Amino acid sequence: MTAPATALKHTAQNGAAEAIHVQNLHKNFGKLHVLKGVSLSARDGEVIAIIGGSGSGKSTLLRCINCLENPTSGIIRVNGEEIKLKADSYGHTVPADRKQIERIRSKLGMVFQNFNLWSHMTLIENVIEVPVHVLGVKRDVAIGEAEKLLARVGLTEKRDVYPAYLSGGQQQRAAIARALAINPRVMLFDEPTSALDPELVGEVLKVIGDLAREGRTMVLVTHEMKFAREVATHVVYLHNGLVEEEGPPEQIFGAPKSERLKQFIRNIS
Amino acid sequence: MVEIHRRVLPRAEIAGGFSASNSRATLIDAFVPAWAASAIALLSPVPPGWGGTLIVGLLHTIEIAVGATCLGLLIGIGGASGKLYGGPVVRDLLAVYTTVVRAVPELVLILLLYYAGTDLINQMLTAMGYQRMDISGLAAGIAVLGFCQGAYSTEVIRGAILAIPQGQIEAARAYGMSPGLLLRRITLPAMLPFAIPGLANLWLIATKDTALLAVVGFFELTLATRQAAGVTKAYLTFFVAAGAIYLLLTLVSNLIIGRIESWARRGMPSLKEAR
Repeated sequence: MTAPATALKHTAQNGAAEAIHVQNLHKNFGKLHVLKGVSLSARDGEVIAIIGGSGSGKSTLLRCINCLENPTSGIIRVNGEEIKLKADSYGHTVPADRKQIERIRSKLGMVFQNFNLWSHMTLIENVIEVPVHVLGVKRDVAIGEAEKLLARVGLTEKRDVYPAYLSGGQQQRAAIARALAINPRVMLFDEPTSALDPELVGEVLKVIGDLAREGRTMVLVTHEMKFAREVATHVVYLHNGLVEEEGPPEQIFGAPKSERLKQFIRNIS
Repeated sequence: MVEIHRRVLPRAEIAGGFSASNSRATLIDAFVPAWAASAIALLSPVPPGWGGTLIVGLLHTIEIAVGATCLGLLIGIGGASGKLYGGPVVRDLLAVYTTVVRAVPELVLILLLYYAGTDLINQMLTAMGYQRMDISGLAAGIAVLGFCQGAYSTEVIRGAILAIPQGQIEAARAYGMSPGLLLRRITLPAMLPFAIPGLANLWLIATKDTALLAVVGFFELTLATRQAAGVTKAYLTFFVAAGAIYLLLTLVSNLIIGRIESWARRGMPSLKEAR
């Protein structure tokens, strides 16, 4: 199955610009040292899959990219722009420039494990919220775009339904439409299928897979190894806050070098 | 009682628009007990009935309650945001505010803030070289009650914000919303369903707390009632009437609050199906 999967994959050109650059990232939660110097790079068109055991720091790494978690130290560049950090009065590192971080966040489409749709808004309202109120798109233009996106994830009929009345799979597809609505430079997926019933995982993975194949830049934290192998251009295996091994999926899953990764792959398959 | 009856009844016939014909008056006299007829006459909205006075009092009561609740909500939103997201100094100041206001009896606060507050403002004005000013009873009443309400609102709204699934706030941050936009578009509408029962309590308490302003001479429903009762000596009639008016105010409020609540819960499945 590796051969057709690879053929489907959109391969990033070598000269593509670097959309995300993370260098020597450290993150402490109190005394807990979660990330111990992680580096990561995503060029335009690449799909980076971050895998690793529970507590390995993979979600924290993803959440540091848009400063949902403030890194303790390290460099993060999005679109070539370095996020300015400073120490607050408690000695915690925080973004130095609120406007800058808001601008950067509005170019990153985040999809969460628990969907996190806004419960007081219908699906269409959820999808147009950020374009209209953050990016300043005209409401009727935004609605036209949102309808296309909802059609694309197969939720046209659910346009005016509130999230609580939908299945997890439908909510997650709507959340993907919400992320796409900002026309993001990079899509960030934080374990997008982990909270779903097994029979709903497929419909969400199909949508994400389509995005990967059309050449969207994505960083994906996932437990779905088969999926990671199919869509990723580059796989990063995290262990204990460090990159234990990384490389193309064929190498990571086909010929892992490190003992820990071999064991990890054995345990999950 | 008899005397009042004799004195008031003929006027009531005119005021109530009754036919002047004697036969009809006798008919009413025959079916309506004397005490009820006198009560109707006393409560007639047209002088010499005192109903108009009560209505003016009620309007003032509503005016103050609405003003105080709105002011309280504004303070509550600010207070809750400050307590949840503010720095240590802001949090400490707000803790002192909510603790003190909720610890001291409202009547004491009203007397203190009303007299000391207006005095303080005038002293500051004269110190800065301005004329002393007359602070309107309405403005002072709204300010004082709103200040008290704000402490309770702060806690109600803080609890409601904590009840929002935090992922929704995180999603808004992840999409680059500024704190003000986040508050307006996400936090406030999302916390509303959790806050409404508590805020409805506060509104009903506000309608009744306006009665405390009678002690500083503000002409609201309770003071109007006392005046009417004092002049006519018909204490029972007027205080029962005032009670009924407060009850009516509550019933109407319940209707409106019910509407607001079902609107605020629009995204939430009804509990009926879960029973």
